[in-house]
Parts: sequence; C-alpha cells; structure tokens
Amino acid sequence: MKTLQELEAIRQKTLNELNLRKNREDGIRVVVGLATCGIAAGARPVMAAFVEEINKRRLTNVTVSQTGCIGLCRLEPIVEVYLPGKEKVTYCKVTPEQVGRIVSEHIVNGSPVVEYTIGNFE
Amino acid sequence: MKEISLHILDLAQNSIRAGAKNIVIRVLEDSAADTFMVSIADDGCGMAPEMVKAVQSPFVTTRTTRKVGLGIPLFAAGCENCEGSFRLESEPGRGTCLTGTYRRSHIDRPPLGAIADTVAMLISANPALHFRYEHNRDGCAYALDTEELRRILGEIPLNAPEITAFIMEFINSNEAELESMEVQKS
Ligand SMILES: Nc1ncnc2c1ncn2[C@@H]1O[C@H](COP(=O)(O)OP(=O)(O)OP(=O)(O)O)[C@@H](O)[C@H]1O
Ligand SMILES: [Mg+2]
Repeated sequence: MKTLQELEAIRQKTLNELNLRKNREDGIRVVVGLATCGIAAGARPVMAAFVEEINKRRLTNVTVSQTGCIGLCRLEPIVEVYLPGKEKVTYCKVTPEQVGRIVSEHIVNGSPVVEYTIGNFE
Repeated sequence: MKEISLHILDLAQNSIRAGAKNIVIRVLEDSAADTFMVSIADDGCGMAPEMVKAVQSPFVTTRTTRKVGLGIPLFAAGCENCEGSFRLESEPGRGTCLTGTYRRSHIDRPPLGAIADTVAMLISANPALHFRYEHNRDGCAYALDTEELRRILGEIPLNAPEITAFIMEFINSNEAELESMEVQKS
C-alpha cells in the first residue's frame, strides 16, 4: 500500500525544479468549466488529461484551474486557454482525445486548434 | 451523474465558490446497516435559512428560478431514489455541511467511481486550499489530508506534477486496499 513516506524522496527531487516554477506571472492558464453541466458532460476526464499532458511535458509555466457555468451548457465541456497578451480561446465539447493537440499546437506552439474552438459550434 | 465522485467534484465546486479554506470530504460505508454516506463540509460563506430551503426544493421549481442551480437537487434526488436521505446544514459566515446517504445495496446507487481523479483535480486546481478526504468502510479507513502533505513538502506547491501523481497513486492504492478487504470478508 502507498504511504506518505515516499513523499520525502519526492520532495528532494522536486525542490531542484522549484525555482523554475516560482513567480510565473507570465504563465499560461487553462480554465475548465466545472459547473454541474460541465461535469455531467465529461469535464473531469478532460481536466485530468490536461494536467497529465502538461505534467508529462513539464510545462512549468502552465496552470490548470476551474470556473463555473458560463451559460453555454450545451457546448460543455468547455475549456478556455489564456496565453499572455493574446485573446482568450474557447474550446467546446472537448474530449480527452483532443487534449494532446490543444497542448502541443496551442499551448506549446501558440496556434489554436481552430476546428475545436467555439466558432465551429455557433 | 454516473459516479458519486462526480457529485463530490461538483459539490466541492460550491464550497470553493463560497470561499472555503477548509473542505472535508467523507465517505462512510456500513455494510451491516446497508448505508453509503457522503458528506462535504466547508468553512465558506454559508447560506441564509431561506437559501437553504430554496436550494433543496425539487428540480422543476429550482430550474426556473435561475439563481438556483442543479448540483444540490441532483445529488439529493439521487440519494432519495436509492432509499436514502439528504441533509443540508448551513450558517452564514460559518460554513456548510451537506450529507447524502444511499442504501448501499440499492441497484441504482452509483459507484464511487474515480475518486482519485476528483481529489487530485481539486487539489491541483486549488493548491492553496486545505482538503481532507476520508474513506471508511466497515471500520477500515484511510485519509488524504493536504495539511499532512504540506508538513512534509514544505514550500513545494501541491500542484507540482510529482505531487499530483503521488496523490492519484496514494488514493488508488488505498481504495484498492479497502476493496480487497471486502473481498476477503465475503
Ligand atoms: N457550500 C456552499 N456554501 C455556500 N453556498 C452554497 C454552497 N453550496 C451551494 N450554495 C448556494 O446554493 C446555490 C445552489 O447550488 P447548486 O450546486 O444546486 O447550484 P449551482 O452551483 O448554482 O449551479 P450548478 O451546480 O448547476 O452548476 C449556489 O448557487 C450557492 O448560492
Ligand atoms: Mg453547484
């Protein structure tokens, strides 16, 4: 069974990277809609996929957080991506399978995956 | 909702929105009494008595009032459909405690589901808040408490990738352990 003991070892390892993460005001933000409508439509696995992908690529300047209902329940799961100095991009009906492309093309390379964005749904 | 852990994620969003600093999630299973209880307690802004009543009223009326949402009625209806009950206690300025009970063996009772995902996502998106998750089944219990993690981790933020991975593994392995005890008994 897993115990808290392992955490000490993880702490040592993580401390080295810590300075990289500190004070990232310039960070990229991924915001997942986690109101009832979002969660019922599958927002949790989408959020988990973002966290996993971002962690796997060690993108230390990206944070993943949550927001409530933005009034477009039928288009949930909705994910908003904020790049510093750029317009917010809203993705609709996001699936975990789409997350890899959003991270690599948009978050890493700066060009939104247009076919998944809100413009394609309205 | 297909999983109780999705209700937990949803109801914890209410607590976060209410400005809670401390959120305690408990799952208490008692196979002898045939109950499956879930509670979420927070120290957020709380609700006035009129609000407590309003959010508990049935779907149809709450849906149209617009200021009132779906999360609580959905959870309450799920419990009541499984021969269970729902209770909401709240006090302005002090906090809120929500308790739902299902008949554990009821055919429509949802599984707990991916609780590791729920807890890991809550912590990773809200690393400054204090979360405690406890699961007790017939007296066997474990807990994950971010205060304990913080004591060991010091200044390392709780949303660091290694920590999120650790939290998932910790919960998954402890849930598996609880599961295996039940199999041994039967
Ligand atoms: N823990 C809490 N602390 C303070 N107020 C709460 C809490 N939980 C619920 N409320 C109040 O009750 C209302 C109804 O909650 P409920 O979860 O049913 O719907 P919602 O959160 O508004 O919308 P939805 O859940 O559909 O996204 C909330 O908008 C909030 O005002
Ligand atoms: Mg809600």
